[in-house]
Amino acid sequence: MAIAETEVREGVDRETVETVQAMGGKYKYGWETEIEMDYAPKGVNEGIVRLISEKNGEPEWMTDWRLQAFKRWKLMDEPEWSMLHYPKVDFQDQYYYAKPKSMAVKPKSLDEVDPKLLATYEKLGIPLKEQMILAGVEGAEAAPAEGRKVAVDAVFDSVSVGTTFQKELAEAGVIFCSISDAIRDHPDLVKKYLGSVVPITDNFYATLNSAVFSDGSFVYVPPGVRCPMELSTYFRINAENTGQFERTLIIADKGSYVSYLEGCTAPSRDTNQLHAAVVELVALEDAEIKYSTVQNWYPGDENGVGGIYNFVTKRADCRGDRSKVMWTQVETGSALTWKYPSCILRGDGSQGEFYSIAITNNYQQADTGTKMVHLGKNTKSRIVSKGISAGHAQNTYRGLVSMHPKAKDARNYTQCDSLLIGGDCGAHTVPYIEVKNNSARVEHEATTSKVDDDQLFYCRQRGMDEEEAVALVVNGFCKEVLQALPMEFAMEAQQLVAISLEGSVG
Amino acid sequence: MAHPAQKQDPLEARLAAHAMPEGAAWAREAREDALSRLRAMGGLPGKRDEYWKFTDPTTLNLPEPPRAQCFATDESAPFSEIDRLRIVFVDGVFDAEASDDLALEGVEIERLSDAQARDIHWARDAYGVLETRGQTPVARAHAALNTALAQDGVVIRVTGRPSKPINLTYLHKSEVSDAILHHLVKVEPGAEVTILENGPAAARFSKVMEVEVADDARFHHIRLQGRDHERRAATHMFARLGARSSYKSFTMTVNGVLTRNEQVVEFTGNEAIAHIAGAALGDGKDAPFHHDDTVFVTHDATDCESRQVFKKVVRNGAEGVFQGKILVKKDAQRTDGYQLSQALLLDDNASFQAKPELEIYADDVQCSHGSTTGAIDEEALFYLRSRGVPEDEATDLLVLAFLAEAIDEIEDESLRADILTRLQAWLDRHRG
Repeated sequence: MAIAETEVREGVDRETVETVQAMGGKYKYGWETEIEMDYAPKGVNEGIVRLISEKNGEPEWMTDWRLQAFKRWKLMDEPEWSMLHYPKVDFQDQYYYAKPKSMAVKPKSLDEVDPKLLATYEKLGIPLKEQMILAGVEGAEAAPAEGRKVAVDAVFDSVSVGTTFQKELAEAGVIFCSISDAIRDHPDLVKKYLGSVVPITDNFYATLNSAVFSDGSFVYVPPGVRCPMELSTYFRINAENTGQFERTLIIADKGSYVSYLEGCTAPSRDTNQLHAAVVELVALEDAEIKYSTVQNWYPGDENGVGGIYNFVTKRADCRGDRSKVMWTQVETGSALTWKYPSCILRGDGSQGEFYSIAITNNYQQADTGTKMVHLGKNTKSRIVSKGISAGHAQNTYRGLVSMHPKAKDARNYTQCDSLLIGGDCGAHTVPYIEVKNNSARVEHEATTSKVDDDQLFYCRQRGMDEEEAVALVVNGFCKEVLQALPMEFAMEAQQLVAISLEGSVG
Repeated sequence: MAHPAQKQDPLEARLAAHAMPEGAAWAREAREDALSRLRAMGGLPGKRDEYWKFTDPTTLNLPEPPRAQCFATDESAPFSEIDRLRIVFVDGVFDAEASDDLALEGVEIERLSDAQARDIHWARDAYGVLETRGQTPVARAHAALNTALAQDGVVIRVTGRPSKPINLTYLHKSEVSDAILHHLVKVEPGAEVTILENGPAAARFSKVMEVEVADDARFHHIRLQGRDHERRAATHMFARLGARSSYKSFTMTVNGVLTRNEQVVEFTGNEAIAHIAGAALGDGKDAPFHHDDTVFVTHDATDCESRQVFKKVVRNGAEGVFQGKILVKKDAQRTDGYQLSQALLLDDNASFQAKPELEIYADDVQCSHGSTTGAIDEEALFYLRSRGVPEDEATDLLVLAFLAEAIDEIEDESLRADILTRLQAWLDRHRG
């Protein structure tokens, strides 16, 4: 790749160059863990749905819920309205369940953990202390964690392999576990909230997810509790031809606060893999949820071969008065991204925010945005979307701002900017604005432009090569969104921005 | 997704209510082609069509138009202060007696039926051509229907710079009239013309105007849509712009239970400009008001500038809609695209829906759009009232100020003054 070959000019910080070089030209997480897996047979049918439910040891009500979704899904058509172009997905040519064999019996100590699984997390750069817990070792919770604490739920293909800091969180009253554990241990909460934001009839992919989701994370923050640490889920697709269908449910009870991070990677393969997740957030009175995503699924190679098809339904229900939800996403991976994290601003005075960076390079396609549905009085929303398109990529912002008649004095501000790098890519904006009462104020701005020549010239004059200069300008372009990310993610995201654009200049 | 079986029936019912006009072989062929196009696209649009998300096309599809009362007014006719060549249509039929002599230096004007009766005529290479181009990427069924069934219209070929504007006046006299007009305008290289349009036309009005603006030519268009409360209109302007040409169009709409104005503009020559503007005022008190501006600008040449400015003022349940799109093709470098859609909601029942789209495949471009919706600025109102301006007048002033940006798009001062007078009169009638 260009950076590795670039001669280092004088005046450029040696460390910067090394860091960038160390990241490697290509997708960093493209390796595969060779590990023995248990698969369910390929394809999806009622039997598979029952099997997944059985493997997770679910009660009957859950099995019925899945079957109801599956019945509905069979009647639905794949949506075609997005600006994504791809060959039809064969939903019967996927594995819907895969689990590492070694997870059948829970290992007692680090020595017993399948070294391959262990190496996976090491390679993904998850701190050792956490890693012990991640790999399912009992007793590691007692070991002090260094620095800032982040509790992690790691999902490897179809199953959650471990959740860290559960004990410390439990002391605060916070429930953070895999959704399969939650179905078993907290059925009342799951029954009450699962599907209450994204119903099983919602859309093609969400309905499929409702039928076949294998695992995911569950968070419940009790009234008045400020979650003592960041919660995080790390998704890894490893097995070939395996769809990942995770389900996340976060409930912030009255007056609580939680910040949740989500990261994802997958090996490089020349076939497309399916990922269809559903995330439901419920914010009750005065509660606040901050949900950040760095999506770095394998994007396919520079010729557009392979990559993840990412069809995700994310929605937050600001049910209580003065509740607040903030979505921040950095979308750099996936061959296809179909994702619209939304807020239903039901409670009076509730707030929704959406900050997004979507970067597409090579043959990646992204159709992403948000929906802000204002139902309550004095509701506020803010949308800042930055789309960057390079190579042969297509990047679309699609959004809805809807002011219902009862949303008195509601406010929305939307800004979506697109940046084009090179003459073969596209950047598109498709906003929908619906205003049904006059006290609501809606402002929408969008711009599309290329990287400013003057800015590039300025940087180059100071000794940066063109690629570094572009990365710097792009980072500046994304600044408003990067600032909205929690610190750990902001650093990672900034580097990702540079890597994602490699090879796009010249 | 299309459901051909469900949509075909309204089309067949609609077609049964009209006869396809006679003409030379080429004209009949062009009309038959339009019909095949229409059938191929799945017939007339339904409520579930994405392009009709905000506007219900049902009454435009019906075989017979809903009855629409003729609106009596003692005001002088629009543009009456201006020296112009008048061409009058009554309920969609050309009225020779009420019209001026069609002879004017620098321009050839003929009735569509006369042109289509001749075997050899320039209209042969123009009729339905731009409409066909405008059918991709989005189908415009009512335009194809118009090409197939148009009963009347004019063909205008501009070769020089005519001394006065051409004024197409559409009178509405029958409560059940269903008018389908199709005009062709061809502005030859270096030529310049101003077309004025006014009047409600009929109970239901379908109009297509295909405008070919050649290199270095200029086309001006000012339209005042008729005031009849119950009228319905679906109009289409299809324009193709040559190098260094200019296309400027302004539309003012007041009243009307349903208006859908589509403008489809395509840049094919470099360094051309297109300014498209509209002002719509709706008060749902007298009758429902629904106004939809749908604009599609395609940049397929370099160094072109497009500008869209649309303003709407609505109250008492009136509904405003804006769907605008700028499509910049891969080689349309150095495009400057601008789009502004704003609505002023004067009370709680009014609504505005917008879908301002950008689709861009060239990298050296400056494209932006803005859309705002809100109520009258309380502070501005307070400022005026604290200086002794009564509330009604202050509101009117702020409405005028809001619309000014669109009205300023009219270059000709006397025409601008005429529009402003009418605007003021409308505001006076709709106080409180």
